[in-house]
Amino acid sequence: MMRRASSLDLVDAVSAGEPRAIARMLSRAESGAVEARSALDLIYQRTGRAHVVGITGVPGSGKSTLVAKVAAQFRTRRRKVGIIAIDPSSPFSGGSILGDRIRMGEVTGDPGVFVRSMATRGALGGLARGTLEAVDILDAAGYEVVIIETVGVGQDEVDIVRAAHTTVVVSAPGLGDDIQAIKAGVLEIADIHAVSKGDKPEADKTVSDLKGMLGLGVALAGRIVGRLAPVVKTCAPKNEGIAELVEAIDAHREYLASSGELEQRRQAIRERRTLKAAEVILHDEFENHREGRMAALLAELGTGRISPQTAARRLLAHVGMEASE
Amino acid sequence: MKTKTDTIRVIIAKVGLDGHDRGVKIVARALRDGGMDVVYTGLHRTAEEVVDAAVQEDVDVLGVSLLSGAHMTIFPKILQLLKQKGADDILVVGGGVMPDDEAAELKKMGVKEILLQDTPPEVIVSTIRRLVAERGPK
Ligand SMILES: Nc1nc2c(ncn2[C@@H]2O[C@H](COP(=O)(O)OP(=O)(O)OP(=O)(O)O)[C@@H](O)[C@H]2O)c(=O)[nH]1
Ligand SMILES: [Mg+2]
Repeated sequence: MMRRASSLDLVDAVSAGEPRAIARMLSRAESGAVEARSALDLIYQRTGRAHVVGITGVPGSGKSTLVAKVAAQFRTRRRKVGIIAIDPSSPFSGGSILGDRIRMGEVTGDPGVFVRSMATRGALGGLARGTLEAVDILDAAGYEVVIIETVGVGQDEVDIVRAAHTTVVVSAPGLGDDIQAIKAGVLEIADIHAVSKGDKPEADKTVSDLKGMLGLGVALAGRIVGRLAPVVKTCAPKNEGIAELVEAIDAHREYLASSGELEQRRQAIRERRTLKAAEVILHDEFENHREGRMAALLAELGTGRISPQTAARRLLAHVGMEASE
Repeated sequence: MKTKTDTIRVIIAKVGLDGHDRGVKIVARALRDGGMDVVYTGLHRTAEEVVDAAVQEDVDVLGVSLLSGAHMTIFPKILQLLKQKGADDILVVGGGVMPDDEAAELKKMGVKEILLQDTPPEVIVSTIRRLVAERGPK
């Protein structure tokens, strides 16, 4: 019965926090099912309460381990936590191994924590297609904190800033001399820096290097721009620094609310979502409509009468798009 | 649109105390290479944890591997918990070692398939595809 339930029929159950309905709705969002569109629109209307926290950092830096501890800490403060954990898809088979749950045993079985693994399915930027709809679903279902664990970041993988209210960048000591956040070019996106694996002897150096870099940024700019991101040293297995990290997240949320920046961020997220959605629609429309036209164009191209540029413009015109001159 | 709706989702869990997961990882890789999304939960899970994870992940298939000999208690428990949570459309597949008559009994209880320890990965992939196809769309 549940199996074939229409998405619209699931909306109220999602709002009521029923795990099966939430889980199914998440699958529909992930697949981009047309059938789910109006249900997702309804769900969107019921969002806006959750604080969305992005956790990013290079592969193996300790994100999942930290996410589990942070979630457990929020639970002691009686807040419900949704977690979206993203891992990459194989470019060869399209399949994936989603292993973030391995580190999340501690919060498994707690009805106040909902963990969902998602594969990137070719999406760049560290998020998966449907991630933000997934956030909506967990928000509407009453999860007060929604944590997104991105895939490991590189220079081009900073979509999280336009998805989360608070971005935590995780740096682990001993993964090379440089601070990974600098190397990856993501120093600037952090609202909070977490230095993980605080039990390692090099951790203190990573903390001071990071503080030095952040201070240098301020010195170069000649002023403090907005606020200086705090650096928190954590050791997840020993539960050290976790309360501090959660307090830093809450402090950032309060800062956003009191400075008026929260609305700016929300607006930036809306803008990004709209543009991304438009891109996806364009791409899909194009895939759907190019079929019949391409063979004829190829024949013409073969004669050498038209160039690929001209062919591309005709193809777009066929799809219903006018390329401007 | 190239649809992603038909990506099969599988969760693989190891229940019980036996300590290594080499075999499970090989299976996970084979399923990934077969185009499936495979959630791997790690070692030493309880039946309750596995069922909760399977529900949240909205998987098509729950694969449980155990070598500890506790299958005649763990599988019935998993089936019962799934039913209790209204999630008994999740296909349960067992792996590991057990005598034929017990495998037959588990299948009677509702375990969809038992894949013994030496089943080749490609057979595991094709079995899961077949079970999901027989069940029909989600
Ligand atoms: N010594 C030490 N090891 C840790 C700590 N936190 C995590 N680890 C280990 O670091 C490894 C990677 O941890 P994960 O939490 O899986 O890292 P991740 O960033 O989520 O990894 P990906 O999702 O694969 O990018 C694991 O072996 C953890 O046990 C810590 O505080 N101290
Ligand atoms: Mg991880």
